[in-house]
Amino acid sequence: MTERPLLDVIGLSKAFGALKATDDLSLDVVEGEIHALIGPNGAGKTTLINQLSGEIAPDSGRILFDGEDITAMRIHERPHRGLVRSFQITSIFPDFTALENVALSAQSRAGHSFRFFAPVARDRALNETAAETLASVGLADQATRPAHALSHGQQRRLELAMALVLKPRLLLLDEPMAGMGPEESAFVVDVLSTLRDSVTMLLIEHDMDAVFALADRVTVLVYGRAIATGKPEDIRSDPAVREAYLGEEEAA
Amino acid sequence: MPKSYEKPFLVIGLVFLMAFPYLAEAMGNAYFTSTVSRILIFAIAAISLDLILGYGGMVSFGHAAYLGVGAYVIAILSFHFYDGSALFGLPGTEFAPIVWPLGVLLSAVAALILGALCLRTSGIYFIMITLAFAQMLFFFFVSLQRYGGDDGLFMFAGRSHMPFIDLDNDRTFYFVCLAFLVGFFLLCRAIVASRFGRVLQGIRQNERRMAMLGYPVYRYKLAAFVIAGAGAGLAGVLLANHTRFVSPDILAWTKSGDIMIMVILGGIGTLTGPILGAATFLMLEEYLPVIFGDLSMPLLKDHWRIVFGPMLILIVLFARRGLYGLLFRKENGDD
Repeated sequence: MTERPLLDVIGLSKAFGALKATDDLSLDVVEGEIHALIGPNGAGKTTLINQLSGEIAPDSGRILFDGEDITAMRIHERPHRGLVRSFQITSIFPDFTALENVALSAQSRAGHSFRFFAPVARDRALNETAAETLASVGLADQATRPAHALSHGQQRRLELAMALVLKPRLLLLDEPMAGMGPEESAFVVDVLSTLRDSVTMLLIEHDMDAVFALADRVTVLVYGRAIATGKPEDIRSDPAVREAYLGEEEAA
Repeated sequence: MPKSYEKPFLVIGLVFLMAFPYLAEAMGNAYFTSTVSRILIFAIAAISLDLILGYGGMVSFGHAAYLGVGAYVIAILSFHFYDGSALFGLPGTEFAPIVWPLGVLLSAVAALILGALCLRTSGIYFIMITLAFAQMLFFFFVSLQRYGGDDGLFMFAGRSHMPFIDLDNDRTFYFVCLAFLVGFFLLCRAIVASRFGRVLQGIRQNERRMAMLGYPVYRYKLAAFVIAGAGAGLAGVLLANHTRFVSPDILAWTKSGDIMIMVILGGIGTLTGPILGAATFLMLEEYLPVIFGDLSMPLLKDHWRIVFGPMLILIVLFARRGLYGLLFRKENGDD
């Protein structure tokens, strides 16, 4: 790894009372890779994402994005630097159609929204971008349906489209396949692998097949600490990892 | 009827409202014109609240404050004009092209200041703090002894003076109110359909996600709050002129409640609904006692609210979008 890391997490800590959700964690993601973050429930994966996206302020440590310290940057400024997240629990705009959801996301990139008169529904630039992105996640035929009426898997893909349309440099994916059936999961794995050349990703995922199919590197998180980082095949054979995580899965 | 009938319905409604003063005069009830003027004015206030309540999800329980600021600007400047005294070294005036924009502007400024503070909270705290600030303004105007304190202030100089337009003529004044209602309604319709409007509705549905998409949510909410405050200020300007009298009652918390009931009764998040809500609310308020009087039911005549209250509750319970929801159903079964 000779490249400069796109994301560099240095000695990050966050405690909730006595629980150390993030414990002196250091981690880097280099430009162009898909970096998977795995670990048992409660290992602090989502807490880490929440700190990277700015929703939770770390107690100590630093987060560098493309060399810039963003530890204290406001939430809404981060997507404009190219740091975009998706949510584990689907977070969409239920009353809007699928297309409107993505168009609203695209609008965020298209300058400020203090535009009071031109009807946004007839905004071709936004609608075309949104329609293309919807098509890329296989939702072209659902464009005019209200988001709340979509199936769970479709909502998950809509969630992904809303993140993608922001043209992220680093995409923080919090369990993008959560609750999906095997076919839909495979579809999303395909979508993500076609993106691997254009988007760097930090991927939290429980589906080990997906992780090993996609990841260039894997970091294993246990009790808020990174106990191992390496190539998927090395992680698979790492004894500490097997004991802490994979073994536990097998035993279950 | 289907939702696509909303536009024809509005056009017919407008035609009716344009003919109304002549109909009223023909029937020998010219004073109805003044009653309906009042409805038109409150419709403006209700639409402005709907913009932040229905579209932005901001439950402002102090909306009458901005109504009050607009009204008091008119009344206080009129007082100094009549009195010949100065205010901050400037003479009072009745000149509408000056005082009306000033009333709207100061309401917007009040909304900017109070909104900047209130919007740092959300949920029940937001409701309470908007109410608290409105009460603060209420007691501020109560304390202004020079301007009548809680007795209020009569505009002895009459309505504002507008070049070429005689506002003291009730029919003319009615048309001015109607023009402002139509203008403000169309403005708000454009706003909710614009990029800004979509952001506002996004914030109502999922504020956290909006921030994550890169929207500085607070700024957009504040902008909407100021627009709504200016709209209420416009209604206040017209209301002061309508009654030629202003008292702190205009910004009592019950008035904020009335405006909110108009919005909910008419249909939240519809803009058309608040007009229906204002009309229904004010008509019931005015005529329920009369009806019970005619039916020789003196107890209900005095305590008409006993009937009024449950009626409102029933409409809110059984019509999801109030009167608007009863009139217009959604086209496609979704939602």
